[in-house]
Amino acid sequence: MEPIRITAVSAGLGRPSSTRLLADRLAQAVRRHLEGGERPVEVRVVELRDLATDIAHNLVTGFPGPALAEAVGAVTGADGLIAVTPVFTASYSGLFKSFFDVIDNTALHGKPVLMAATGGTPRHSLVIEHAMRPMFAYLRAVTVPTAVYAASEDWGGVDERVGELSARIERAGEELAELAGVRPRPAARAAAAGTDDVNDATDATETAGVADGSGRTETVVPFARHLAALGLD
Amino acid sequence: MQFGIFTVGDVTPDPTTGRTPTEHERIKAMVAIALKAEEVGLDVFATGEHHNPPFVPSSPTTMLGWIAARTERLILSTSTTLITTNDPVKIAEDFAMLQHLADGRVDVMLGRGNTGPVYPWFGQDIRQGIPLAIENYALLHKLWREDVVDWQGRFRTPLQGFTSTPRPLDGAPPFVWHGSIRSPEIAEQAAYYGDGFFHNNIFWNKEHTQRMVSLYRERYAHYGHGTAEQAIVGLGGQVFMRRNSQDAVREFRPYFDNAPVYGHGPSLEEFTEQTPLTVGSPQQVVEKTLAFRDYAGDYQRQLFLMDHAGLPLKTVLEQIDMLGEEVVPVLREEFAARRPAQVPDAPTHASLLARRETGAEAGAEAAAPGATA
Repeated sequence: MEPIRITAVSAGLGRPSSTRLLADRLAQAVRRHLEGGERPVEVRVVELRDLATDIAHNLVTGFPGPALAEAVGAVTGADGLIAVTPVFTASYSGLFKSFFDVIDNTALHGKPVLMAATGGTPRHSLVIEHAMRPMFAYLRAVTVPTAVYAASEDWGGVDERVGELSARIERAGEELAELAGVRPRPAARAAAAGTDDVNDATDATETAGVADGSGRTETVVPFARHLAALGLD
Repeated sequence: MQFGIFTVGDVTPDPTTGRTPTEHERIKAMVAIALKAEEVGLDVFATGEHHNPPFVPSSPTTMLGWIAARTERLILSTSTTLITTNDPVKIAEDFAMLQHLADGRVDVMLGRGNTGPVYPWFGQDIRQGIPLAIENYALLHKLWREDVVDWQGRFRTPLQGFTSTPRPLDGAPPFVWHGSIRSPEIAEQAAYYGDGFFHNNIFWNKEHTQRMVSLYRERYAHYGHGTAEQAIVGLGGQVFMRRNSQDAVREFRPYFDNAPVYGHGPSLEEFTEQTPLTVGSPQQVVEKTLAFRDYAGDYQRQLFLMDHAGLPLKTVLEQIDMLGEEVVPVLREEFAARRPAQVPDAPTHASLLARRETGAEAGAEAAAPGATA
């Protein structure tokens, strides 16, 4: 049975990191809401700190090194994505943005995404709405309505405040679980899009090419369609 | 199998001396490199086309015409000719003229270019890159095959009763390679026409190259030009050699570290591991290049980038000597020993004429309706 894959990206830089802590809490919440279904759940956390040099190299060379390629594959292949960044200078961190800059800008179309951010004070909570959500809108990802912001004070202090963060994590996790859980498996998606039959020229697109280690293939539009679009048929 | 040199034509300071060659010196160096390529027995010299500093080769057929007059065997090509921003009529004329002057030693590699502002400089829209490549090539293909052309498209003024002159030498148009690094549409275009596909893999890992080449091969077979194994594939390569591999690494490192494109990025060691770059002994170059066929299959053309990043001409000429004397003879033998009999060589003017006489070309094109329409 094909697992439901959840990938959490954490752009936290500290060790330990409250951004990573929030990513883990969100991942657990999503898992709780998915478990017990017929498909197993697989959760993977990508720490951008470990990939910082690879990301910078990719910006310079235009291609990812092996570790980064693997992480990008975990993100683009996930049924649901959790994206967590610390707030730096009134926005997501540069590392967080650079990671999404090196991913193909069509690779996250339709991807369910749960956004979260951490900061020193609650004053920056709208960074999620004013910076993260537009970025994922540009990428045509499907962001869940509830985003989670955790300031330092949310991790402790009076009881009801801690309770608020937990409730929010729970609600956001449930929302992502709902979208990720009903997302058709990759094979079913390909069939629905008519991309499974290389020889049927009436299909919108065809797939061809030998998959590499990551199982990825290129999709191609039959040339006759390109000519027809230009009136050259 | 063909082996050759492809050059970007960059004017880059030598990081070890700080000296920048003049445009004149660089242009003269490029043609000296071409003559050296013939002298050491390489098959192909290909020049890039650029329309902005720090690059000099804006007028490839002028340069290739000069080289044609001073060589006997070398095939003259490009890497690439901009099919998006050049008028396809001018490409048809320029390369047919070159073909006559070079007695058929000409082919051409088409590409879209990677410099955004070139599109507006030549009155085009970069967002139309793929449609431009498709329409302009459809016209070029027709101009080389039909004596009188009526044409109406989206991107250039219509033609009525137009004849592109001179007609291709012996009525056989130059063989066309389509160069693309990451666009499946271009692999599809090459497959559709039964043309060659060149993957400039020098900045890419082998998984990516394998995907693009496999896609082209599969589609080449789909369009009935032959089996996937018979598709015409070219690859890039980048090498720096010294007898002792440690000397090669020591000498090349400052050029690598400051190179345009990848300089100030990954280390030489990481880049060597992840891309086709080889810095070492001629034997290491042989081993790495032979391994290309493990993921790209048996292929027809191997071009090496030898003269960028500010390397002095003297060094580049030494490199080409080693390539011609110690690397290519071994590669020729080893690739030939591994290649199945049914895998063809890269088309040349002579082989295209022979193929036309046996009617093979007509048969292949009939299998792709519309290819000649």
